[in-house]
Amino acid sequence: MTDPRPAVGASGEALRLEDVHKSFGKLEVLRGIDLTVAEHEVICLIGASGSGKSTLLRCVNLLEPVDSGRIVVEGEEITARGVDVNAIRRQVGIVFQAFNLFPHMTVVRNVTLSPREVLGVDKATAEAEAIELLERFGLADKRDEYPDRLSGGQQQRVAIVRALAVKPKIMLLDEVTSALDPELVAEVLNVIKELAASGMTMMIATHEMGFAKDIANRICFLDQGKILEEGPPARIFSDPQNPRTREFLQRIIEAGRM
Amino acid sequence: MSGIGPPEAQLPPTGTGGNRASRILAWGRETEGARSVLVAMASTVVFVAVVLVVVLNSSGWPLVKQAFFNGKIFKESFAGIRTAFRVNVEMFLIAEVFILVFALFLAVLRSLTGPVFFPLRALAIVYTDLFRGVPTILVIFILGFGAPSLAIKGVPNSPFFWGIVSLVLVYSAYVAEVYRAGIESVHASQVAAARSLGLSRWQSLRFVVLPQAVRRVIPPLLNDFIGLQKDTALVASIGVVESFRQAQIDSAATFNFTPYLCTALLFIIITIPLARFTDWLIARDRRRRQAGAG
Repeated sequence: MTDPRPAVGASGEALRLEDVHKSFGKLEVLRGIDLTVAEHEVICLIGASGSGKSTLLRCVNLLEPVDSGRIVVEGEEITARGVDVNAIRRQVGIVFQAFNLFPHMTVVRNVTLSPREVLGVDKATAEAEAIELLERFGLADKRDEYPDRLSGGQQQRVAIVRALAVKPKIMLLDEVTSALDPELVAEVLNVIKELAASGMTMMIATHEMGFAKDIANRICFLDQGKILEEGPPARIFSDPQNPRTREFLQRIIEAGRM
Repeated sequence: MSGIGPPEAQLPPTGTGGNRASRILAWGRETEGARSVLVAMASTVVFVAVVLVVVLNSSGWPLVKQAFFNGKIFKESFAGIRTAFRVNVEMFLIAEVFILVFALFLAVLRSLTGPVFFPLRALAIVYTDLFRGVPTILVIFILGFGAPSLAIKGVPNSPFFWGIVSLVLVYSAYVAEVYRAGIESVHASQVAAARSLGLSRWQSLRFVVLPQAVRRVIPPLLNDFIGLQKDTALVASIGVVESFRQAQIDSAATFNFTPYLCTALLFIIITIPLARFTDWLIARDRRRRQAGAG
């Protein structure tokens, strides 16, 4: 990547997971995840459905409480008792596979809801900032539309803008293109590339291997709740060490997805 | 309203423009629509005629006509009953405002998650069970005759007041369940999205869940509102002179039942528009959802 992107890790560590475990009933979804993410780093999580990618992201945003282990965001342990959950969530934005826009609010209201009600920004400032973000992602003319009037790609871009409006330090993207028609995938991926170029620290769960190869500083292969292999994309994709990684990538290639 | 015919009959004509095939198709549909309207009208006329012939030729009809459809008595009692009907209108308008607020409060209590809120949840459940289980007229009797005896300072003693209180208590239990159904119909991912943006539990409920929930339950809410309008007549039992009580008085004075018909007519005049409005809202909702899915 030859861009003015800030140097990875120049200003330290953004996120650290230590031996994170999570079960739903008897089903162990995360079985000891250790991972450190540097500032400005982009990590892509790959792996089959059910390997724990989504759960991992939801744990970092505290949408799911972890069973054991520690998660540290910007030096602060967010899994400690008595932390202000709402304050932490503002540091960590998440975008979902199904967009989850608020259908009863216009685009601009979707984007300004949190800044106004949570951060206490006044209406004029919040809207000005929202419009700036919408313009940056080519959505300025959609500001007064309701979500169901937008295409899937536009909705997902609005969802990204909505998460950015809270000014998070880390963005988590949970298979954000999986619900989109193929012709709409590129517009969303371009937005994410721009975010990466601007130095946003990101953890991205994705099935788009070509995209992961392009954008990631590091690829983590998850299998049955564990990170089996991690490394720079060039190595993971061309020379995977773990037999399960090889098997997974082979299936992806056979499916014509890479 | 079910006699109008198949839904195609209500479609707007689609014969403008388009190619020949679609024009023929549209023409076919139009004639079919017109035909089904004719069939519906004819069958209605036949049905009404048969009922009229049977009723008017029955041996008791002259007596029934005299006792229920007496034009003279209708004219004489109408003005008084109409004035008394204002009491019904006042009662349901006042009650409805309090019901909408109180029931929402109950529904929110009941949808609180977390073990800390168990007592509040339990309280809301006991409340709805209790007031949905007891017949409305019993609540009106118990409160209307019992509560004034307490002689609490600053609380009105009038049966009008306690009648409204009873209606609010009973109907809030029903409406709370309607609200709750709406709250539960909002997908959990909406809450996840709200919480992920840093909104607190309460803010998520207020800005994201409740607005969507309330919108979805407007038709069933209006349905309960129609029920409430009619049940204001029950308050007559504790001595409020509203339209039904007025009709009883007139009826007792004239030995004729026509005043009751008068009251029934007034109730119908206000409930039917609301019923049609509710139908219209439901139909519009369905159209929107179908348009959204397409």
